[in-house]
Amino acid sequence: MSINEQTQFPLLETQGLTKSFIATLALSEVDFTLHAGEVHALLGENGAGKSTLIKLITGVHPKDAGTILLEGKVIEPRSPGHAQELGISAVYQEINLIPTLSVAENIFLGRQPMRFGLVNMRSANRRARELLETFHIDIDVTRDLSSYSIAIQQIVAIVRGVDLSAKVLILDEPTSSLDRHEVETLFSVIRSLKKRGIGILLITHFIDQVYEISDRITVLRNGLKVGEHQTQELPKVKLVSEMLGKELTDELMVQNGQQTNGESEHETFLQVRGFARRGMMEPFDVVVKKGEIVGLAGLLGSGRTETAHLIFGIEKSETGEAYVKGQKVNLTSPQKAIRHGFGLCPEDRKAEGIIDDLTVRENIILALQAKMGWFNHLSRKRQEQLAQEMIDALRIVTPDTEKPVKELSGGNQQKVILARWLISNPEFLILDEPTRGIDVGAHVEIINIIKRLAKEGKAMMVISSELAEVVDYSDRVVVLRDRKKITELEGDQISENTIMQTIAER
Amino acid sequence: MKSRVFPLLITFVVFVLLYLFCLSRFDSFGTTKVICNLLRNYAYLGIPAIGVTFVILSGGIDLSSGSIIAFTGVFCALMIERNGMHPLVVFALILSIGTAFGMMMGVFIHYFKIPAFIVTLSGMFLARGGAYVLTTDSISIRHPFYDEVSKIVYIFPDGGRFTFAAGAFLAVLVLGIFLAHFTRFGRNVYAMGGNETGALLLGVPVGRTTIGIYALSSFLATFAGIILSLSKHSGDSTIAMGAEMDVITGVVIGGTLLTGGVGYVIGTFIGTLVPGVIHTYLTLDGSLTPWWIKIIVGTLLLVFIGLQKLLGSQFDFFKLFRRPPLRAEQQAQ
Amino acid sequence: MLEQLIPNLKNQIGKLKIGNFTWQNSRAFWTVLALFIIIVANRLISPNFFSIQMVEGRLIGSLINILDGAAPIMLLSIGMTLVIATKGVDLSVGAVMAICAAVAVMLINQYESGATDFYYTPPFVILIALGTGALCGLWNGILVAFFDIQPIVATMILMTSGRGIAQMITNGQSPTFTDDTLAFIGRGVIFGVPFPIYLYLAVFLLVYLLVRRTAIGLMIESVGINARASYYAGINASLIKVLVYVLSGVCAALAGLIIAGEVKSADPHKNGEWAELDAILAVVIGGTSLSGGRFSLGLSALGVLIVQSLLTGLYISKLHPTANLVVKAIVVLVVLLFQSDEFRRRIRQLVRRRA
Repeated sequence: MSINEQTQFPLLETQGLTKSFIATLALSEVDFTLHAGEVHALLGENGAGKSTLIKLITGVHPKDAGTILLEGKVIEPRSPGHAQELGISAVYQEINLIPTLSVAENIFLGRQPMRFGLVNMRSANRRARELLETFHIDIDVTRDLSSYSIAIQQIVAIVRGVDLSAKVLILDEPTSSLDRHEVETLFSVIRSLKKRGIGILLITHFIDQVYEISDRITVLRNGLKVGEHQTQELPKVKLVSEMLGKELTDELMVQNGQQTNGESEHETFLQVRGFARRGMMEPFDVVVKKGEIVGLAGLLGSGRTETAHLIFGIEKSETGEAYVKGQKVNLTSPQKAIRHGFGLCPEDRKAEGIIDDLTVRENIILALQAKMGWFNHLSRKRQEQLAQEMIDALRIVTPDTEKPVKELSGGNQQKVILARWLISNPEFLILDEPTRGIDVGAHVEIINIIKRLAKEGKAMMVISSELAEVVDYSDRVVVLRDRKKITELEGDQISENTIMQTIAER
Repeated sequence: MKSRVFPLLITFVVFVLLYLFCLSRFDSFGTTKVICNLLRNYAYLGIPAIGVTFVILSGGIDLSSGSIIAFTGVFCALMIERNGMHPLVVFALILSIGTAFGMMMGVFIHYFKIPAFIVTLSGMFLARGGAYVLTTDSISIRHPFYDEVSKIVYIFPDGGRFTFAAGAFLAVLVLGIFLAHFTRFGRNVYAMGGNETGALLLGVPVGRTTIGIYALSSFLATFAGIILSLSKHSGDSTIAMGAEMDVITGVVIGGTLLTGGVGYVIGTFIGTLVPGVIHTYLTLDGSLTPWWIKIIVGTLLLVFIGLQKLLGSQFDFFKLFRRPPLRAEQQAQ
Repeated sequence: MLEQLIPNLKNQIGKLKIGNFTWQNSRAFWTVLALFIIIVANRLISPNFFSIQMVEGRLIGSLINILDGAAPIMLLSIGMTLVIATKGVDLSVGAVMAICAAVAVMLINQYESGATDFYYTPPFVILIALGTGALCGLWNGILVAFFDIQPIVATMILMTSGRGIAQMITNGQSPTFTDDTLAFIGRGVIFGVPFPIYLYLAVFLLVYLLVRRTAIGLMIESVGINARASYYAGINASLIKVLVYVLSGVCAALAGLIIAGEVKSADPHKNGEWAELDAILAVVIGGTSLSGGRFSLGLSALGVLIVQSLLTGLYISKLHPTANLVVKAIVVLVVLLFQSDEFRRRIRQLVRRRA
C-alpha cells in the first residue's frame, strides 16, 4: 500500500451514516474516517452510538441512510461474514472463539489446510505458530484456547481476523479485563499491525490507554459526532467534557440546598474498609450514612458497578471488612447483604433485574417474599395491594398488576425493580444506573424518588453516568478511575467541573 | 499437557486398572478369546455410541439408537425372508432410510427449535413402534449370505474368534476418529459444542452440521442393527430395549461431557467396553449376581462425573488449590 | 381458513381467565385443543365412549379407564413438572419406582410371614417406601444443587444403578404379595372409583397448595426463568432445587406402589419402565418448557391424559395394538410442532406467500 494511495482515499469512510431503532435515533449522520496504519479511538458514554456505528460497518444491522466506503469504493456489508470477506474484522470483548478447541484450530476453523481430503493439523499448527511469531507471541498453539489468558485469546481472535485478509480491524473494549502487563502485550500487537498498514478502530473506556496508543480520536454522544481530534492536540479535560456533554465553565456550580444540613446529623449505616478483588477493583474505603446519597462517578468501566457488586456480595471481596451500624458483618452473598437491609437495583435490567415471564406483581413482591421465607406467604390480596400501592407511588405505567413485566417499557421495568426493594423496606439501597435508557419523564420521576428516599432516612448509593444528575442529588461523590477510587468530593467541591477534572487528571 | 485430554485419561487409567484387576483374578482376561468376545458382543452398542459421541459433542442428545437397531433388524428379516430380497440390497435400503430418519430429526431440532431430547425421544417411539408394526414375531433369517458372513472370522492361535462384527466395530472406530479429528465436519461439531453462537459467527454452517450429526448417528445405529442382525441371524422388535441409555452411559464414561465440546471417540470405545469387562468378570466369577453390573456402572458414572467436576469446568486441577479464579490471572503457565 | 379460525377462536377463549392461568398462553391452548380433538375422535369411533356403568360396585367405562391407567404417570408428572420448571430434569423416576416398590414388597413379605415388628405393618411399610423415594430425590437434589452437576447427568446415575439396586433388594426375583392394604393402593375402589385416581387428586391438591399457597411456586418459576436475577433478589435456589427433586422422588414412590399394587408384585424390570420418558413427554406436551420457568401442574396432567386417551382410542378403534407407539410418536410430534413458535412462524410465512 503506497503512501500516495493513502492520501487519496481514507481506508474506511462513512458519510452521513444514520440508523434508528423503533423510537430512538441511535446514530445520526455520522461522518467517520479511518486511515491505513492509524489507530483511531472511538469514544463516548453509553448510548453514544459507538456500538451502532460498528454494527453498521460490520453488517450486523442494515443502515437507514448514508454510505460506507472502503478504499474509496462503496460497500454494503450484509453480515459479519460478508464484512470479513470485504476486509473488515471485529474482535469483541466477549471473545467469540471456541474455548474448547486449540489455538491453531480457532485460527483456522472452517478453513483448515487440507491434505488428501483430510484436515492437516500439522500444517495448521505450523502456520498458527508462524502467524503468532510475527507478533512476538510464542505459545503452544496445540493447547486449548481456554487455558490462556483473555489477552492471548484476544490476540488469537485478532490474528484470525487479520489472517482473513483484514484491512480494517475493529477492537471493541479489548483491554477491559486485562492487567497492565497484558495490555502491553496487546498494544505491541496493535503497533505491529499499524506498521503493516492496517487501520484499527479502537473502542475503549480507558482514557490513559487512548492517549498511549491512538493517533486520532472521534467522540460520539447521543448518536452524534461531537468531535474529531488529533490525540496529541486534545487535552484530557476537554475530552472528558466532550464525552459527557458538559462545557467546562469557570463558575462553580453550587448544589441545591438539600445537603446543607450538617453532616453530624447523619448516623453511619455502612462502613467498608479495604474491599478489593484482583482484576476487578483496587482496595477502597467507603462510608454511607443514613439519609445520605453517595454518588459514584467515573467513566464507563471505571469500577462503579464492580464497587456495587462487592458491597452487595455478588462478588466476594478478597480483602477488607465491612461494618453495618458499627457491627462487623459478612457480605459474601446477596442473601446476607439483604438480611442486613441492603437492596440493589442492577445495571443490566434484563439479565440481572427483572424475571421477564413473571407479572409485575410477582416481580415486585419477589425480594420481600424471599426475605420472609417460603411459608410466610403473602396472600394474593396482600400481594396485589402492595403491588398496586407501588404502581401508584412510583407511577408505574401498566394496565394492571398481572401484566408480564417484559411487556413494560424500560423505565417502568426500572421502577418495578425499585418497587421490589422499596416494599422490602431496606435501610440501604444501591442503584446502578437507575436512569439509563428511560424516557425523560420517568427520568425526572426516578430522581425525585431517589431524593425522597434519602429524606426518609435511607442510606443510598447511586451510580450514574449523568454528571448533572450526580451533582444534583449527591451529598458526597466518590470518583473512580481505572478501577480505583481516586477521591471523594463533599459539599462545595461537588460540581461537574471538579468531577470532570478529577476523572481526567493523572 | 492438553487439559481436554484429562477426562479421557481418567477413563483410560480406570479401564486399565479394572482390566488388570480382572486379569489378576482370571487368567482368561489375557486371552484373545475374552477380548474378541468383548468386541463382538459390544459392537452393537459401541457402533451407535460413536455416532452418539458426535451428537453429544455438539451439545445435543440422541435417545433413538436402541429403537433404530430393533427396527433395522426387523426390517432386514422381513425384506430378506418374506420379500426374498438380497441382503446387500436390503442393507443399502435400510441404511438410506436410517440416514433420512436422522436427517429429519436434525431438521426438527434445528429448524423448529424443538429440544433434541424430545425430538429423539419421539424418534425412539417412532422407530420402536415401526418395528412393532412390521411384526411382533421374532423372524429367523436363513439366507446363504448370512452364513457367508458368519464364516468371515480370524481365529487366533489361542482360540479367540475375531468375527466380522468385531472387525466392523474397529473399522467404525477408526473412521470415527478420522471423522472427528481430520475433517472439517468433525471440527465443526467440536466447535458447535464449545460455543454455538461463536461457531456461527466463525462461519460454521450450524444447520447443515446439525442435520449431518443426527444423520450420522442414525446411520451408525442402523449399521449396528445390521451387525446385530448378522450375528443373531434374526430380527426381533423387542431387541436392544433401553440400549440408547447404555450407549449414552458409555459415551459419558468415555469422558465426553454432556455439555458438549469436550470428548474423544476413542474414549467412547473404552467407555462402552467398561460394562462389558465388568459383565465378563461377573460371569466368570459366578458368585456375584448380575444386578451388580448396573450398580457398578452407576457408581462408575458417579466417579467419572465426580472426577471431571473436581478437575474443574475446564479441567484445571490446580484451581482446587487456588483462590477463586481471576480473569486477569489465568495466564498460561 | 384454519389460520383465520384459530386466532379468532383463541381470542374468544383468551378472554377466559382461570386463576394464574390464561388461555392466551398459546402452549396451553394447543394442549387443550389436542385433548379435545382426541376425545371427540374417540367419541366418534365409539358411541359409548362417554358411558359409565356401575358393575359390581365398580364404575366401568372408557373415561374411568383412561384416568385409572394414567394415574401413575400423572403422579410422576407432578414432581417432574416442578423439576423441569427449575430448568432440570429427573431421569431416575422409573428406577425410583422400582426401588420403592421393591422395598415395600420385601418388607410386606416379612409381615406376611409373621414378623410382628411394627415397622413391618402395612402403614409403616408405605411410609418407609415413601421415605425411600424422598431419599432418592434428596440424592439427586444434592448432586444438582450443591455439586452443580447437570440434572440430566446427575439423575442418570440413579437411573442406571437404580434398577440394579431394586434387583438387589428383591434378590433378582419379582416377589409377589397378598396383603390387601398394599394392594389397595393399586386396585382399591372407593365409591366405584379406582383408588389411584383419589391418590392422584390428593397429591395434586397437596402439592398445589404447597407451591401455590406458599411462596415456593413463585421461587421455582423465578429460579427457572432467570437464576441470576433470582440470586440478586435473595432467593435460595439450592434449597428450592433440593425440594423439587425430593418431591419428584416421593411422587415416584407413590407411582411405584400403585403399579406394585395392581400386579401384586414388585418387578424390578417392568415397574416404571419408560415412565421417566412418558412423564417428561407429558410435561412438555402440557406446555412447560424444558428450559424452565412457568409451569402448570394441571396442564401436565392433561399432557398425560392426551397420551392415555390416544392409546385408549387406538384400543377401542380396534386398530392393531402394535401401531400404538407410532401413533403416539406422531401425535406428540404434531402437538410439539404446533407449540413451536418457530414452526408456526414458518407455516404462517408459507400461507402468506401462497395468498
